[in-house]
Amino acid sequence: MALSDTTVTPPRALLGGLARRVRRTPFAVSLAAAWLALMVVVAVGADLLLPYSITAFDLKARLAPPLFMGGTLAHPLGTDELGRDVLSRLIMSIRMSLLIAFFGTLIAASLGTLLGILAAHFRRVVEALILMAIDFQASMPFMIIALSVLAFFGNSLPLFVALMGFQSWERYARITRGLTLAANEQGYAAAVRQLGAGSGRIYGLHVIPNIASTLIVSMTLTFPEIILLESGLSFLGLGVQPPLTSLGNMVGYGREYITRAPWIMLAPATVIVLTTLSISLLGDWLRDKLDPTLQ
Amino acid sequence: MTPLLEAIDLRRHYQVRVGRGPFAGKAPLRAVDGVSFAIQPGRTLGLVGESGCGKSTTGKLALGLIPPTGGTVRHAGQPMPPPGSAAWRALRARLQMVYQDPLGALDRRLPVGRQVMEPLTIHGDATPAEQRERALATMESVGLQRHQFDRFPHELSGGQRQRVVLARALMTRPDLLVCDEPISALDVSIQAQVVNLLLDLQESLGIAMLFISHDLKVVRQVSHEVAVMYLGRIVEQGEAGALFAAPRHPYTRALVSAIPVPGVRRERIILAGDPPNPVDVPAGCAFHTRCPFGTAACRAAVPSLRPLDGRLVACHRVDDPALRQAA
Amino acid sequence: MLLFVASRLLRAALTILFVMTFAFVVLRLSGDPALLIMSVDAPPEAIKAFRQAWGLDRSILEQYLAYITHAFTGDFGKSMRDGRPAIDLVMERVPATLAITLPALALKIGLGVPAGIHAALHRNSLTDRLTMAISVAGFTMPSFVLALLLVLIFAVTLGWLPASGADAPINALLPIVTLSLPGAAIMARFTRSAMLEVLGQPYIRAASAKGVAWRRVVSRHALPNAAIPTVTIVGFMVGSVVAGAVIVESVFAWPGVGRLMVSAVANRDLAVVQAILLVIATCMVSANLAVDMAYGWLDPRVRGAGATR
Repeated sequence: MALSDTTVTPPRALLGGLARRVRRTPFAVSLAAAWLALMVVVAVGADLLLPYSITAFDLKARLAPPLFMGGTLAHPLGTDELGRDVLSRLIMSIRMSLLIAFFGTLIAASLGTLLGILAAHFRRVVEALILMAIDFQASMPFMIIALSVLAFFGNSLPLFVALMGFQSWERYARITRGLTLAANEQGYAAAVRQLGAGSGRIYGLHVIPNIASTLIVSMTLTFPEIILLESGLSFLGLGVQPPLTSLGNMVGYGREYITRAPWIMLAPATVIVLTTLSISLLGDWLRDKLDPTLQ
Repeated sequence: MTPLLEAIDLRRHYQVRVGRGPFAGKAPLRAVDGVSFAIQPGRTLGLVGESGCGKSTTGKLALGLIPPTGGTVRHAGQPMPPPGSAAWRALRARLQMVYQDPLGALDRRLPVGRQVMEPLTIHGDATPAEQRERALATMESVGLQRHQFDRFPHELSGGQRQRVVLARALMTRPDLLVCDEPISALDVSIQAQVVNLLLDLQESLGIAMLFISHDLKVVRQVSHEVAVMYLGRIVEQGEAGALFAAPRHPYTRALVSAIPVPGVRRERIILAGDPPNPVDVPAGCAFHTRCPFGTAACRAAVPSLRPLDGRLVACHRVDDPALRQAA
Repeated sequence: MLLFVASRLLRAALTILFVMTFAFVVLRLSGDPALLIMSVDAPPEAIKAFRQAWGLDRSILEQYLAYITHAFTGDFGKSMRDGRPAIDLVMERVPATLAITLPALALKIGLGVPAGIHAALHRNSLTDRLTMAISVAGFTMPSFVLALLLVLIFAVTLGWLPASGADAPINALLPIVTLSLPGAAIMARFTRSAMLEVLGQPYIRAASAKGVAWRRVVSRHALPNAAIPTVTIVGFMVGSVVAGAVIVESVFAWPGVGRLMVSAVANRDLAVVQAILLVIATCMVSANLAVDMAYGWLDPRVRGAGATR
């Protein structure tokens, strides 16, 4: 083999590899991936896909049923009590909920990983403090912590997203700390330190790439948890506030009309369940692939 | 001649908890308790002892990886900078380490060639193309092949991995190599190859070595001088051949008697008493509880290393004729 | 053993202190406590009296001490809406919450654990796969979706059960079921994996190779060992007995602590929020304590921890 850099793979080889991988995955996981891809497309292209504005009233078409229950093509998923198109609101809600979950996960992962590395690197006082914070968070149900913070600070979207981020930072911190400690004590991190590398190089080039796969699997656990938490809070009216709409929000509004117009609530509820289910399936499968010894 | 590396009365204690619960007491674990030696350029000092005697810790102290609780380490006459400082990091180009577990010492996500190149990248030496060439050259000199540059650690055998670690250690042309049980994790047939490799490298590059092992046969083969450790202290130190041929300290004698010699049926000295515990070091001579020649006087004071037959021995009864006899 | 208990008690007290300190810090950060707790149109004398009682005009350390003393006597001031002491408001709602969470807890364990054990003992059988498939719904379906679905089916379509309110005991049925199903699903999954891990251990194989009847192997060796990690989860569920019904109570208009919390947050009735925090923290900490004790009794390795060297 030539001594050229072997990290460049020709495009055909990449596609071939992808095709092989697709054939090997179980059917359920493929479905899950497809659903998630659809959700992402909807979230990203929401502005283009929107048939109506989410606040557009049509008082003549209030509580119109969806297509499969005798409705018209004008409103494929029906309308709500103010004549607003359910499909449009659903599309915007998907974007909102996914955005919140995405940024929340990012915040949780970044914060948690940083604190985990700090704890493993500095040890003693810093580590003790961080461990205490982890213990505290694990000792109270996060719903209560979230509600308390919302009570004290009121509600604003940035605060809300930050709160979602706080939901699971401790998981990342614990994992990162454990793996970093192991690398530092006996492993490759200690060896590279002995080569004369500075901390930046050790953590940036060696430790983080090695723990990345475990962190990614954790993200597939965090993401659905945040969706559930956010939709729960929005359902209670304490999360995303109108005129913005989220999946939990919609279910909250649809609750009053559960007898007369169940589709208002069923559409977002179905999306929530399918999305969280898909990510969980994907996450389980990813975890099995990355470490088959872990049950 | 200034020794390349000098350890002067090194001590390293750890505070450990004794007992359980929030009111547990603390006691010092004396991993290293007053160790001194000097390594001359191009020479090998072998450090032997059983598990827990403190030899690995001594190796780390010698490199300055951990700061000593007492005593000093000098490299080429200069005191060792504190670990992690810029001066210490720059010094890494002169001092390198080979590990017991080569798989653990390598990053499993990077090709081995990149890892061999890494010391040059860290110390800012040469362009990437030159770094690559030098890495390839070093890999060949340790018996690897050029195409293995792109392999990952788990794709190589144990012996090959250790060669990679060795190549990486040699990249900055260090003066001293600390080898901490470098062959314990390898198959016996590979062990011989790696040992020979180390000897060849020493001859061609003039590297000094601190060779830490519990395997006496290998140490004898590789070292010019040997120091025997017990519970954090050196009990006997001297030229390798002579030390193994006629050991003086009772502990060394017990160790040497356990080396199997083909064709010879030898009397093995079996030590009585509990294996040593560095938290609970016996008063006076640390070995006296298991020593076949121990007396009450041995408990009174810690013996210091005194010259005997061209060697250094730490035993209160070193001048005793009865000791010289049984061998 | 005494050392073990003492250190755990100390840890419990510290956790409660930590929670109340968290509340104190957050309260100070979010604005003037007097104005926040008393509402904006309270008479100035009342605000002044509040300030004095809580030491708001003194140094931050004295404020903290005053706060902690108040907290530990359960005094958080009066609810903004009611005018009654916040702690009374909370305590009188606790029985209603317990009325649904305790039966739910029993169901979670009663349904989940046997299901998990059965699934583990008949690994890869139809029941195993079915149980696992259904239990996935347990943690992917939000509780409010489940609640509304059950209401849709049983109250709206079939008309068998009432949709909300707390007039008659039958009203409790749907809330209890809604609370218990996700928990039972989680229990089932967890028990199954704990059992599987134990069953894979060499000592199980050894016991069975010795000729011990499989039934005995399971009941005498596998179950007790699998119980140890399961106790932690049960502990968390017991701890959440006051806190875990927030959404369910809201959906079913059940007058418990959860519903009170939601309305307190919506109205920013901070006195009530703090009172609830204390009650929940105490509950969780006590549950953890009980779990630790149970561990000490169940796991002989932990029991010997108090002994001297």
